[in-house]
Amino acid sequence: MSRLWVAVIIASLGCAALKVSGYVVPSRALQRDAVQRVVEALPVALLSALIAVSTFASGHHLAADSRAVGLAVAVALVLLRAPFLVVVVGACAAAAGAHALHV
Amino acid sequence: MAAETAADPRDDAAARRRIRNRALAIALSVMPFGLSFGAVSVAAGLTLLQTCMLSLVLFSGASQFALVSIVAAGGGLGSALATALLLGTRNGLYATRVADLVRPRGWRRAVAAQVTIDESTAMAIAETEHGYATRAFWTTAALVYTLWNLSTLAGALAGRGLGSLPATGLDAAGPAAFFALIAPRLRVRHLRVTGLVAVALAVTCVPLLPVGSPVVVGGVVAALAVAVARR
Repeated sequence: MSRLWVAVIIASLGCAALKVSGYVVPSRALQRDAVQRVVEALPVALLSALIAVSTFASGHHLAADSRAVGLAVAVALVLLRAPFLVVVVGACAAAAGAHALHV
Repeated sequence: MAAETAADPRDDAAARRRIRNRALAIALSVMPFGLSFGAVSVAAGLTLLQTCMLSLVLFSGASQFALVSIVAAGGGLGSALATALLLGTRNGLYATRVADLVRPRGWRRAVAAQVTIDESTAMAIAETEHGYATRAFWTTAALVYTLWNLSTLAGALAGRGLGSLPATGLDAAGPAAFFALIAPRLRVRHLRVTGLVAVALAVTCVPLLPVGSPVVVGGVVAALAVAVARR
């Protein structure tokens, strides 16, 4: 089986198990303060790290290339309260333009 | 379900209409994210079937997008899976709320678990005070599930016609989408600090650790550190 199928299947089963856990594990165990605080912070922490890495890393090297131009445009559009699709399409167009200009 | 019917049938009809309209608005709002995910997933090298499987079975946007982004960047399976699963932990926490508010029984529990996500949980909580948590949960879940999968398919079909990631600018779609997703939470001070710490840690780890793992290390350490510091 290909590596991608392994990723798709394990991630799907794992995420399903996490959803089920909330119905099965006694809620007091999961609703503890410390658990809540960490779980609340995880999405912002992981997605921030992912934004930084997928924008500035190429393998083990750090670089500011066309993706950084895309992110800068995305941040500007979010601050201007643009709708989600405009943010994503705007960022892609800016990155594609920068790539064509060999940034 | 009987307990959820208001005494006055006119109130009940109005509540049903309100829930349907809100749920539809929420479901429509996830479509751009589904379109982006479908296009990026196919451009990153997943097949149409793999892309649609993620939306049908995994059904959690941030986890799906993160998995695909890390695989596309050449990251290890371990890092891609760890990131996707850690992003999925919040659904387990939502499930404890939904279990209390909606109280699904028997086979409905398994279905409820599958569709316990940000949107359905938020609607169930919002409608609890009016006594319509169950209806709000299931209506939102059904509409979001349907439109999320349709938009994934449409994005994947469109993505097949596009070229490589850098040339189309699609390599900027992930970061742009993630930033738009977390932007509202960054207004909260401790979450903003969490994000900045995660960025600093992840970038520092890029030259040192295997590809993909800086996301896990940066994310987990930042979340734990800020949670401990707030005690």
